[in-house]
Amino acid sequence: MIYEVFRQERKGQAFQHAGSIEAPDERFAEWYAREQYGRRGESTALWVVPREAVHEIDDFVDELNRNYHRVDGYPLKEKLKEARERAGTSRAPAGDR
Amino acid sequence: MAREDEFLQYVQSGGQVETDDWMPDEYRARLRKFIEMHGNSELMGVLPEREWILRAPTLQRKLALTAKVQDEVGHAQLIYRVVEDLGKPREQCLDDLISGKSKFHNVFHYPTKTWGDVGVIAWLVDAAAIISQKALLKCSYAPYARIMKKICWEESFHILHGRDVILTMMLGTDDQRELVQEALNRWWGPLMQFHGNPIAADEDPMYVWRIKSQGNDEARQQFLDGYVPQIWELGLTVPDPKLRKDEKTERWHYTEPDWDELMSVVTGHGPKTEDRLDLRRRARENSAWVRSVLLAA
Amino acid sequence: MSEQGRAELLLEIADDELILGWRDSEWTGIAPFLEEDVAFSSIAQNEIGHARALYELAARDLGTTADELAFDRKPDEYRCSRLVELRLPGWEHTIARHYLYEEADAARLEQLKASDDPELAGLAEKIDREEAYHRMHAQMWFDRLQAEPRFVAALDELRPLVDLRDGHGEELTELWEQMTEVRRSQPAGTKW
Repeated sequence: MIYEVFRQERKGQAFQHAGSIEAPDERFAEWYAREQYGRRGESTALWVVPREAVHEIDDFVDELNRNYHRVDGYPLKEKLKEARERAGTSRAPAGDR
Repeated sequence: MAREDEFLQYVQSGGQVETDDWMPDEYRARLRKFIEMHGNSELMGVLPEREWILRAPTLQRKLALTAKVQDEVGHAQLIYRVVEDLGKPREQCLDDLISGKSKFHNVFHYPTKTWGDVGVIAWLVDAAAIISQKALLKCSYAPYARIMKKICWEESFHILHGRDVILTMMLGTDDQRELVQEALNRWWGPLMQFHGNPIAADEDPMYVWRIKSQGNDEARQQFLDGYVPQIWELGLTVPDPKLRKDEKTERWHYTEPDWDELMSVVTGHGPKTEDRLDLRRRARENSAWVRSVLLAA
Repeated sequence: MSEQGRAELLLEIADDELILGWRDSEWTGIAPFLEEDVAFSSIAQNEIGHARALYELAARDLGTTADELAFDRKPDEYRCSRLVELRLPGWEHTIARHYLYEEADAARLEQLKASDDPELAGLAEKIDREEAYHRMHAQMWFDRLQAEPRFVAALDELRPLVDLRDGHGEELTELWEQMTEVRRSQPAGTKW
């Protein structure tokens, strides 16, 4: 069975995928992961997960431009320029802040 | 054809692919063969050094050498996993290695005759290997690039261990210094052949597809730049009267390596090829029962 | 315990760990599969590491160095058991030895941890913390192989040798010659 190994390098950091090992069962997988990814004290923790338990998703759909929940959906430069001109507070060079 | 051209442009501008991404058949085939040869080399590289684990002269050297060889086995594990995810099971790789169908690097076909060899291998052969390995860190095939990061990091202590062994001997008895020089004399030829024949980078498919980021001659020049000064500063001589650095071009001149010897060795005719493949075959046969017990549910 | 008494006790354990570790290291590169190769090599290294720590303690009592104790005695001066000096090229025997040794060693370490000598007790605790993982590994393999006739036979064959210290066989001499080959090629005191 193939097990995926995720490692945490230092406390507080995210677990990152480190590699995979082949083992007959969980007990062996833990032993092998500890050695292959931790014998030099290079990891503070490991997650060992059977490969079938990991589901990859790599397709995302955004056909109708859902920019309303992203920063690039809010171009304020023009409106800000106009608002400053109206209030008499515009100064050169204009820039959006 | 257009899709392949697109792929080529993509990888040549630094793009990487994952296991399940589309790749041209030729790319996938060459990639897998290249990576498989690397795995084979790590596995076969264990054998010359293994003999000296059993003869290490101090507890510290014993531990360091065992750990070094353990790392190499660990690298073989990482590499064969990548090959397996590309479609070729580990057992099939081992079958092909043992039958002579697939290759491994030239340096692992030669005998290790003395403790001097142990030092020279860890210092210089590993140095030559690290140069090649660093050129794989940006491999267009991402899973391989990722394991190369771990491999390069682990190799860093191997060279230091090698240098420590050599320095200790060079500061020791006349016999010890002689052991180092004698080992260097025997290993220089294979070292010069290690990075491969002088094919131009843009004619080398491995470079074209950005599987590696450096041509063979560049790697060799880098090796000479880094290590000839280290060799000379210890009072050791390199057995090549033509070896010198051209001040103007900043390139090293040397006696052309024996490319026939390289070809002969990597196709299975090295001095220790048969013995070592035989050892692998017997070890594998003797432990076949273990693997079948473990695979049974 | 006198210094001499402590040194003798230490040498017995150290020699066991050294020779067993040396034998276990023979599998590095040729173990049944790659993941186990890496794992078992760590066990061998730990054993050598334990030996080194034990020799260092004994060396202070005896006025010598760990390397001299490990390499520069004659084969018949080693105090290791018959069990650890055997060359065992079959995995079933290696694991059987591993299992039997860890079991016996656990009892030995418990006694040492209870020692009045704080240095001895302290070192025994450190070693035991690593040995806990070795015991886990041995148990893991035992559980998988216990139904295999060749493993059961190996256990039966090796069990009587566990604490047998009535002298040494040819195998230890051969191992010693290999171990000390490089060291003996130069005068005593040569640095490697």
